[in-house]
Amino acid sequence: MGKNLYQKVFDRHVVSRLSSGQYQVLIGLHLVHEVTSPQAFALLRDRGLKVKYPNRTFATVDHIIPTEIRDRQRPLQDTLAEEMLQAIENNTREHGVSFFGAKSGHQGIVHVIGPEMGLTQPGMTIACGDSHTSTHGAFGSLAFGIGTSQVADILATQTMSLGRLKVRRITVTGKLAPGVYAKDVILAIIRKLGVNGGVGHAYEYAGPVIEAMSMEERMTLCNMSIEGGARIGYVNPDETTYAYLKGREYAPKGADWDKAVAYWKSIASDADATFDDEVVIDGSALAPQVTWGITPAQSVAVDESIPAAESFPESERPLIHEAYEYMSLEANQPIAGVPVDVVFIGSCTNGRISDLQEAADAVTKAVTAHPGLKVASTVRAMVVPGSEPVQKIAEELGLHKIFTDAGFQWREPGCSMCLAMNPDKLKNREVSASTSNRNFKGRQGSPSGRTLLMSPVMAVAAALTGKVTDARTFFNLSTTSAKQG
Amino acid sequence: MQATAAAIIESVSGRAVPVRGNDIDTDRIIPARYLRTVTFDGIGEHAFEDDRRGLAAKGQVHTFDKPEYQGGKILFVNKNFGCGSSREHAPQSLMRWGIEAVVGESFAEIFFGNCVSLGIPCVTVDEATINRLLDSAESDPTANWTLDVKGHELKGPVTVKVDMPEGPRSQFLSGQWNPMSELLSHLSEVEQVADNLPYVSGKW
Ligand code: SF4
Repeated sequence: MGKNLYQKVFDRHVVSRLSSGQYQVLIGLHLVHEVTSPQAFALLRDRGLKVKYPNRTFATVDHIIPTEIRDRQRPLQDTLAEEMLQAIENNTREHGVSFFGAKSGHQGIVHVIGPEMGLTQPGMTIACGDSHTSTHGAFGSLAFGIGTSQVADILATQTMSLGRLKVRRITVTGKLAPGVYAKDVILAIIRKLGVNGGVGHAYEYAGPVIEAMSMEERMTLCNMSIEGGARIGYVNPDETTYAYLKGREYAPKGADWDKAVAYWKSIASDADATFDDEVVIDGSALAPQVTWGITPAQSVAVDESIPAAESFPESERPLIHEAYEYMSLEANQPIAGVPVDVVFIGSCTNGRISDLQEAADAVTKAVTAHPGLKVASTVRAMVVPGSEPVQKIAEELGLHKIFTDAGFQWREPGCSMCLAMNPDKLKNREVSASTSNRNFKGRQGSPSGRTLLMSPVMAVAAALTGKVTDARTFFNLSTTSAKQG
Repeated sequence: MQATAAAIIESVSGRAVPVRGNDIDTDRIIPARYLRTVTFDGIGEHAFEDDRRGLAAKGQVHTFDKPEYQGGKILFVNKNFGCGSSREHAPQSLMRWGIEAVVGESFAEIFFGNCVSLGIPCVTVDEATINRLLDSAESDPTANWTLDVKGHELKGPVTVKVDMPEGPRSQFLSGQWNPMSELLSHLSEVEQVADNLPYVSGKW
């Protein structure tokens, strides 16, 4: 009987069986950011411990960093942010850990920079004090979001205590229609399985739609596994994975490359691997998704209406009513046409170069069809690259000009308005069309602010029209090629 | 940060604090603006802050603000409590407010794990039972409850069986809920495993 990737990689990393019955598991790559690490470093200091493998530990600053150049002057005006930045600078220096700060050429959202430097590779165990660490599963690694106590465990021992997960294979069949992206696939999966449908599970994503995805799309997909309650999500490595990694700074080189590829092939799920559960989704039937509520499962296709509470099981109805009230939306109201005040394109879900390229292409298409078209006068729209390399490539390609000419703001890299720990925030009851991953109450910096999650191209359509708009018709994306797959 | 010399946790006794609602996420437990700190000091007072303010603006009162629930130790919640981010600030804020144990229908996985590391047992009961417990804690805030981790039981005005996976349960009962000391005792095995992993050793 074959094994799946989760089983193979987990087994290779087990160090010991703990007295609790849990496993002590080696974490091969530890990524660190400024929000969840200072208390862990303080604990090491209290106990007189050192970082066990500083060369397997990499740090950056992303959550609190301002995205306007003038606000990046040191010391940062925000004294709390400055204190956090100094803490990670000092902690990484003291322990000999690489730190990618602003203007290092590699600063950015931790889940964007790991893959783009080639740090993230198949067959690894990866951890970071951040739930969206699941992103790195796109390469066929087991990537865990952890809390600060576990950050301290890994700093001190390069291991953490873990139980075994069940593995659910989610197969997406068919071919995505034009205007439908990885973001729509994962939102549809979460809508179907629920925000806690994945508890106790790793999600293995498979099938023709996943195989056809680029690495960046796979990252978008795996990124939001956690929003579906899964502990981790992954895609088996394949030629797309190897082609992405080849030549990247930390990828194996020369003779090692071929050996590495052979190793990576060996850890992929066997053809006869078994799974604890299987779910099949028809990718050809998917439309662009938009969330209307306060959890990522509360989404509809852009051409649908907001569902009636009666269509949900009774136990879920209180949350549905809470969502109507918080969002000021009503049952049976079409989601298309809901006005938006802010558009945010960025985050570890959709702040990579392919996302910005798709968004810029959409802008170009609209401006070509309607010369002079700009971001709606009622809308504040910002594009925030996920990292310094993304920013650099986008500027070399002239994408920033396409955005700024159309009235979008072009910012410096960071998490920005995904969770608004820096100055980028919603005000009051503003509605945001956001390419990020969480539409929780208050998530984008105003305790009463509202978030509609969607793909970058849908966000561009919302920016240009000032309301939720079906990108397929707005950008005249042909639907004919969809049926061929 | 908790003391590292962990104590055995067999039971938690105290008054209950009911907080109703499915899918209460970590942004609601502790809003992101209170993560702008290099310590966990003082975050207890900000637990559920936006929910508390939101209710106050509507002339209602969150249980964390009601005098009768001050000093309560056992939190009663519904389904998928603690979903969202991995921030340990969430259980830290509840712990620093005074919560020592949580009873609910289900918990998000990272939140549950963070609670284990802090010595906060989280146990589950079914939907009908949690609703009975919430009703009871609302009608009689003064009642005393005992969560018996060892005996799989919650005793109080209503006495019910509770569930907790065996791994974490034995961690509480053995005092090993913070695993760092045990992890540190295996460092030579860590080096062996690391040496056998080509990407760590560099020996492809
Ligand atoms: S972009 Fe958002 S979700 Fe991603 S790491 Fe930053 S804050 Fe977290």
